[in-house]
Amino acid sequence: MGRAFLELLEGFGYNFFTGVPCSLFEGVTRILDDEPRYGYISAVREDSALGLAAGAYLGGRQPVVLMQNSGLGTSVNALVSLHQIYDIPALLVVSWRGRDGADAPEHAIMGRIMERFLSLLQIPFAVFDPDRVATQLESLTATMRATHKPVALVVPKGILDR
Amino acid sequence: MTRADAVAQVAAAAGARSLVVACNGMIGRELYTRADAPTRFYMIGSMGLASSIGLGLALVQPSRTVVVFDGDGNVLMNLGGVASVAAARPANFHHVIFDNAAHGSTGNQRTISDRVALESIARAAGYRACRRVSSEGELADALGSWFGTEGPSMLLVAVDRGNVAGIGRVELSPAELTSRFRASVSAA
Repeated sequence: MGRAFLELLEGFGYNFFTGVPCSLFEGVTRILDDEPRYGYISAVREDSALGLAAGAYLGGRQPVVLMQNSGLGTSVNALVSLHQIYDIPALLVVSWRGRDGADAPEHAIMGRIMERFLSLLQIPFAVFDPDRVATQLESLTATMRATHKPVALVVPKGILDR
Repeated sequence: MTRADAVAQVAAAAGARSLVVACNGMIGRELYTRADAPTRFYMIGSMGLASSIGLGLALVQPSRTVVVFDGDGNVLMNLGGVASVAAARPANFHHVIFDNAAHGSTGNQRTISDRVALESIARAAGYRACRRVSSEGELADALGSWFGTEGPSMLLVAVDRGNVAGIGRVELSPAELTSRFRASVSAA
């Protein structure tokens, strides 16, 4: 449902896309990579993607940043000393490797603590539910616009992979 | 040449209509003290990300000149940002590095830019124009046409270590800086 997801994002006004890929949302980045109209910037690191997103917002766009949850670790300083204190909103689309402990060892710890980690960083989030994703995005976007701060949509395995 | 004088000289050449992203540390504070304008965005944290912020801005505002005021420590912290700029090749992006081979805000501890030439890295990565200057005369010569030429460019300005007196902190809150900057972009 990569195509439908991107149409949904555009419907909510998101119009700048950057990030670092993850196999769990390969079905989205394939479209972003293939179709120049999205202007997708493949970033070198997740915090660099957040910088690009901040610049795009300063220039009038509403950004989406895609990343694997391993990249949340790399992103902490950008989130807390740029986006959150400067009131720069963004939708983070974050994959959930390591969910339920059933994944490669490097994802075990972040997978286990991710929800608490997002809460600790004071980032409102929802776990992608294909049956309710439009409602989830509507709610996250409303929160993001009201607070001018990042929110996250967490993507488990098996939804946007293809 | 002092960094504060170099910052002021580059700001004057860029003009108040150019959109400027200034890295965290003394460089942004010097720009604020010497040549503040609504088109200036001063970082106070997220060290290393000035080039990424400037790149995102340059890509969505292709008709505006974007100038990133950066430091050697900042560039080294996010060298991938230089690669990203080179890959995207925005013609309106100009990267100015005030290089004192030191972390000027934390006590002038050495960086490694005395042994690694940042403008050579930018040239190898694919910036269209790169130049190193180390005196006020050379800087004035370079600035004569610098922001009118096609980017991405890197102008590396070798400056003295140390901080001049009378440099204040940015008085606007981060959130105020964001809204002021965004208003200045949409007003023009």
